[in-house]
Amino acid sequence: MVAPGTATWPPITAVILVSLATLGVGAMGLRLSRTTSDFYVASRAISPRWNAFAICGEYLSAASFLGIAGLVLAFGVDILWYPVGYTAGYLVLLALVAAPLRRSGAYTLPDFAEIRLRSRTVRRLASLLVVGIGWLYLLPQFQGAGLALRTVTGAPRWVGTALVAVVVMLNVVAGGMRSITLVQAFQFWLKLTAIILPLVLLLLAWNADGRPDPGVQENPVARTDTTVRLPDPVQVRVSVPTRLTVHGEVDGHRVDGPLTLAPGVVTLSGGTLVDLPAGQPVPHLVDVGAATGAAWSTPTSGSGGRDHPLYRLYSLLLALLFGTMGLPHVLVRFYTNPDGRAARRTTLAVIGLLGFFYLFPPFYGALGRLYAPDLLMTGRTDAVVLLLPDRLLPAPWGMPVTALVTAGAFAAFLSTSSGLTVSVAGVLSQDLLRGRLRASVRGFQLGAVIAVVVPGLLSLLAMRTSLADTVGLAFALAASTFFPLLTLGIWWRGLTRAGALAGLLVGGTLASAAVTFTVAHGSSRGLTSALLAQPAAWSVPLAFAVMITVSVLTRTTLPPGVNRIMVRLHTPEGVHLDRGERTDPRATGRIGVRPGDRIGVRPGDRAANRSET
Amino acid sequence: MPQDPQWTGTRDDRGPAVSPAEERPGRGRGPARTGPARVRVTSPRMAAAASSPPRSPIREIDEQTGVGEVYMRSLLRTQLRLGLSVIAVLALALGTLPLIFAAVPRLGAARVLTAPLPWLLVGIGVYPFLFAVAWWHVRAAERAEEDFSTIVGGD
Repeated sequence: MVAPGTATWPPITAVILVSLATLGVGAMGLRLSRTTSDFYVASRAISPRWNAFAICGEYLSAASFLGIAGLVLAFGVDILWYPVGYTAGYLVLLALVAAPLRRSGAYTLPDFAEIRLRSRTVRRLASLLVVGIGWLYLLPQFQGAGLALRTVTGAPRWVGTALVAVVVMLNVVAGGMRSITLVQAFQFWLKLTAIILPLVLLLLAWNADGRPDPGVQENPVARTDTTVRLPDPVQVRVSVPTRLTVHGEVDGHRVDGPLTLAPGVVTLSGGTLVDLPAGQPVPHLVDVGAATGAAWSTPTSGSGGRDHPLYRLYSLLLALLFGTMGLPHVLVRFYTNPDGRAARRTTLAVIGLLGFFYLFPPFYGALGRLYAPDLLMTGRTDAVVLLLPDRLLPAPWGMPVTALVTAGAFAAFLSTSSGLTVSVAGVLSQDLLRGRLRASVRGFQLGAVIAVVVPGLLSLLAMRTSLADTVGLAFALAASTFFPLLTLGIWWRGLTRAGALAGLLVGGTLASAAVTFTVAHGSSRGLTSALLAQPAAWSVPLAFAVMITVSVLTRTTLPPGVNRIMVRLHTPEGVHLDRGERTDPRATGRIGVRPGDRIGVRPGDRAANRSET
Repeated sequence: MPQDPQWTGTRDDRGPAVSPAEERPGRGRGPARTGPARVRVTSPRMAAAASSPPRSPIREIDEQTGVGEVYMRSLLRTQLRLGLSVIAVLALALGTLPLIFAAVPRLGAARVLTAPLPWLLVGIGVYPFLFAVAWWHVRAAERAEEDFSTIVGGD
């Protein structure tokens, strides 16, 4: 960790530049966005290529840029499934919902719920879920910002969080969606550069170092004399007798000097300074556990002390694969495609771009195992991407490269937070604000402030869950609620309001209970803990079953006009069919669909539906 | 795929209606012809003249008739089948990989040119595969939509 007081101006300059560039590009778009429709969806004038850049820019969050490398450092090869899941989620989205979702004309998930089921109640429940998922996803972005700024400059955690929150708020409040598209695309390229370029230099340095293999060493060993300042009190496990110098408290006793730690669990107080001489094995945080060489590089070996690795892996994969389609900031982007065909092509491009990006972060984790194992002692493994350049590169290179990765990390925080904030603000202003604020520009701006402030404050409370794990919980919640709603809504005429409501309630309640428990208690051992930390494997099928069963039981109450809606969802736009009301509610400045709106209801509809049941 | 109901009743006279199968030689149908005479049933030209003017598939769908329902159901079936095939391929390819590694630990420890096999497969090999499946799906789904447009008569 860079000691406070050293020359830290390059990373600080980078952070300021990214923030200013974000605001600057945003301001450019501001001149173009005037009406409410512009504010929300950029009037659908965005080409598939730009949409794909923007989706990736928005999607590659703190979890992707920092979190994956950190988890790989601690837990090894099993973590490679995280980015696979993040990418494959788009394949599922492409296969099941991309084009129909675009054709539905829904801008938000609550919009879809209302268009398909024509129920205000389902809409409101969907809105609550969007806000919940959005906040759960925003939380690690703000956490990551605090961590990143502290790592490179030594500033207190709240500074980074506040910086990102303020920039996002200014940008979203001032510009809305169109400016965000440009910003997101710009940030995608910044992130890609900031992950590839430093890695090339790092690998050259690793090559010059004789190409040590991170997978063979039994215990990660400090390669050079390393000084670690423990910010918080920690419990570490020592596996072999370890010689080190300590200035601080060990198991409650004041120590100032050399010391040999016997194998076992040792408590070190906050503020303790530990000197690890080169060649000494690094004690591991008890929570992280010791992933020894073989277990670290072998699949499902329970490395890092994670028990039930196979269950955890499958449940995680389910959450990531089926949760992507339920992420609020992803769906918005589909609305900005000109038609269903473009929506598909955009998704294809996204899969290509993401697959390319995700080749790189795991390398940082593997290199970190060699050159930054002391992070296993502080538990701040998420910082590995930021620390490596300074550790590994020769003098003139360290600082500028650190500045570049810091810029990439801040691009990740800013872009993901902006996308989420736009979505949450939209839903808040449409569905949860009252009176004149509802669905107005001012309401949207107020929504943006609320959307940022709540998770910003939450992130300042001490939270020990890692970035990628918290994001995983957001995916699990999305998969347990919106995956069944979207899939059944698009492909099954038999879905009823009661069925959707029951399924959303059951899936949402179960998943959020599991999430709350995990976030409050942190990770622990045992089957129950594994089931709660990765709820998707049981909560998704349950939500599905409830949605189908209740729909079948209430099949006399099918929402009217379902046949017309199926025509709208599935037929190509070139065929001139009656798809229900074609006027776009947003084009007139009115947002959302209200109970009085006629969506494809004709006198014949009711009869057609009755004959179907 | 449903066909236009008018297809058998051509307006120009092409002589007696004969099944193409019977005209083709060398199909080994010789002995069967000694049995009861096969009768080819075609739509009499009179019916074509008497029927109501042709209804376009678009109208059938718009008015939600039984025929329109057939068009829609066939489009939905094709697209759903495509989507589910993608999910099945994904489940087969990705879903079994952790199980294989768990069942055959030797595979998980194997190395290809000094790089561990699981890292190569999961860290790199998966992505081109995902893109290829996505590519296939986009093409197949677009073709299904073109077929639908041609039959229903859009554009």
